[in-house]
Amino acid sequence: MSTAIFKPRPEQVAQESDGTVSNYLNASFSIRSWLLTVDHKRIAILYLISISAMFFLGGIFAMLIRMELLTPAGDLMQSETYNKMFTMHGVVMVFFFLIPATPAVFGNFLLPLMIGAKDLAFPRLNLLSWYLYTAGALLAIGSIVFGGVDTGWTFYTPYSTTYANSNVILAALGAFIAGFSSILTGLNFIVTIHKMRAPGLTWFKMPLFVWGHYATSIIQVLGTPVVAITIILVALERLFHIGIFNPELGGDPILFQHLFWFYSHPAVYIMILPAMGVISEVITCFSKKKVFGYEFIALSSMAIALLGFLVWGHHMYTSGQSTYASLVFSVLTFLVAIPSAIKVFNWTATLYKGSVSYDAPMLYAIGFLGLFTIGGLTGVFLATLAVDVHVHDTYFIVAHFHYIMVGGSIMGYMAALHFWWPKITGRLYPEGWARFSALIIFIGFNLTFFPQFVVGYLGMPRRYHIYPEEFQIWNVFSTAGSSILGIGYLIPLIYLIWSLKSGPKASPNPWNAKGLEWERCPSPPPTHNFDHTPVVIEEAYAYEHKIWIK
Amino acid sequence: MSAKNTALQHHFNDLDQQYQASQLGMWAFLVQELLFFGGLFAGYVVYRNLYPEAWTLGSHELDVSLGSTNTAILILSSLTMAMAVYWAQKGQKTKLVLFLVATLILGCSFLGIKVIEYSHKVQHHLLPGNGFSFDSPLADQVRIFFSFYFAMTGMHAFHMIVGAGILIWLIVQAMKGRYTAEYNTPIEMFGLYWHFVDVVWIYLFPLLYLIGRN
Repeated sequence: MSTAIFKPRPEQVAQESDGTVSNYLNASFSIRSWLLTVDHKRIAILYLISISAMFFLGGIFAMLIRMELLTPAGDLMQSETYNKMFTMHGVVMVFFFLIPATPAVFGNFLLPLMIGAKDLAFPRLNLLSWYLYTAGALLAIGSIVFGGVDTGWTFYTPYSTTYANSNVILAALGAFIAGFSSILTGLNFIVTIHKMRAPGLTWFKMPLFVWGHYATSIIQVLGTPVVAITIILVALERLFHIGIFNPELGGDPILFQHLFWFYSHPAVYIMILPAMGVISEVITCFSKKKVFGYEFIALSSMAIALLGFLVWGHHMYTSGQSTYASLVFSVLTFLVAIPSAIKVFNWTATLYKGSVSYDAPMLYAIGFLGLFTIGGLTGVFLATLAVDVHVHDTYFIVAHFHYIMVGGSIMGYMAALHFWWPKITGRLYPEGWARFSALIIFIGFNLTFFPQFVVGYLGMPRRYHIYPEEFQIWNVFSTAGSSILGIGYLIPLIYLIWSLKSGPKASPNPWNAKGLEWERCPSPPPTHNFDHTPVVIEEAYAYEHKIWIK
Repeated sequence: MSAKNTALQHHFNDLDQQYQASQLGMWAFLVQELLFFGGLFAGYVVYRNLYPEAWTLGSHELDVSLGSTNTAILILSSLTMAMAVYWAQKGQKTKLVLFLVATLILGCSFLGIKVIEYSHKVQHHLLPGNGFSFDSPLADQVRIFFSFYFAMTGMHAFHMIVGAGILIWLIVQAMKGRYTAEYNTPIEMFGLYWHFVDVVWIYLFPLLYLIGRN
């Protein structure tokens, strides 16, 4: 049994070791052929590399924050430095990892494969979006190199516009440009899903991964431009003192919060909906069972996307907005729990009586279920006006959104990374190490963030580098957990890079999964994806169907 | 037939699918544009309700005759653009180029008049910033009016400049005979963009110049 975990099953390994088969990776090797590629699969790889770099950069800031918070005194850095640390952690992680991660890497790679298309509708636009992302990331890194930003990732006015003496414009411009990368990706996905589906692939035969990305794309196209124009107004205010957000000149800083959260709340769903799409794929595959309530999962993604636009005011209960507005936002926020719960119940029902196996992607998916449920339920607490006023700007909030964004989005991202790694690279990773690190990440994550619920409820505010001594025990747990979590993320980095050269070659369908990308494509796929455009007859996830035929 | 083959990109099955994809893509892009301007319009509405008197004062500083002239020019340019699309679909190269050039000239005239208007405002110290001055107790609020005036018309003018750049490129391509009765998608898509930019102005003109004058 113990060796079985560490050795791939025979059907996972490619049968013939014929190295001459042409695929998208060995089609050409020049740097130019990568940097000017219009192949969605290669662009996905470019994204994977740059997004991973940004993830580890953001992770370094997180580790520095946790080290400072190990003791109540400010012994590692001063408050100004600490402000810059949490700001840059937030900016890098939100705008350059969480928002683009799953759509830009896995959406890009898989969407055309899953719907039987040769590429996305606008391949050159797709390449442009990677360059925009890179330009935005370089600006953000530039703002760090030239001294950092200290406004918090939310760039709240009037601090960001009038008082902050840091590189606000540079960092905001980075987010602005990366935003257009996000818009173009969303636009490309919408058109591709509408117009490029293979014959027979009707809307309700599409994989739920595609549905998740469709809902995400709608938010990207509708939400991102609003934050873009808001960032322009912030820059104008800072440069020319135009007065729109400056109360001294008659401006209204709360308007900034409205415009900012009109995008930035739906942005949370940009992070989680693609991850939910991944979870639907992984849970069905490793239960070997048709997903329970396909239509409900598909449409609940759309419901989340639409409701997500109506709840931004729950970030502003204490901002001075009208009580009636807060009441309405509170009720609407409760409604988001319904489609979210529909998904969780359907995934759980899919597990019921399935033949469940616990490969690494499945461990991440199960981890997702647990963490997302905790994050979601605490979201219901926070939608409640009175509770939110009590815990506003405490570590309770920090813990809540990390459970959703890290526990939800990153677990989904890691599940996707492991599930499709054999398809993307044509290599198998060491399953034993992968399961081990999934476990480490789950333990490290909970140890990091669960104590923050407690210490936040006890009253520890966020964004301070010093705190009263009675909070230290919880912070020690949290910092210890973050070290475990950090190691958990380093292990996959090592074995995945190792597997690129030394991993066993993967068969076309190592998980015995359903879907065009597994059943009609070799691993890795050829440049044009399919020799013949596939015709789809089967419904999605016809796992049981296959077993009966056998 | 050969034009068909060169225009068809490898990942589409046929020109019709490619055309439909371009069309949906352009509309999605315009929706994005709508929300981009939407942020500014939302801000305008909020402050107009907060400071109606200042909005009246600000409107009176704007030159209605220049604004009206520009509105007429833009509407005319929409007509010439629509004619360009029409002749592109008929495959009439000369007329296509003619109407594209007419559209470009009208667009540049609009921008020229806008420059004159802006320079007047700067001379009267109405550009928000350290040089701003307005002789009224409501000066700060009028400054916000002009912040919106410059942000909204400036963003609109930026879209006009981008449009003019694309027009020049389209004219060059059209003169090379790139567009035929079978394939003229870029002309039609650019037409959508141009009309959208016009429509934004159709809203900006009354909101900034006209409402509140009485």
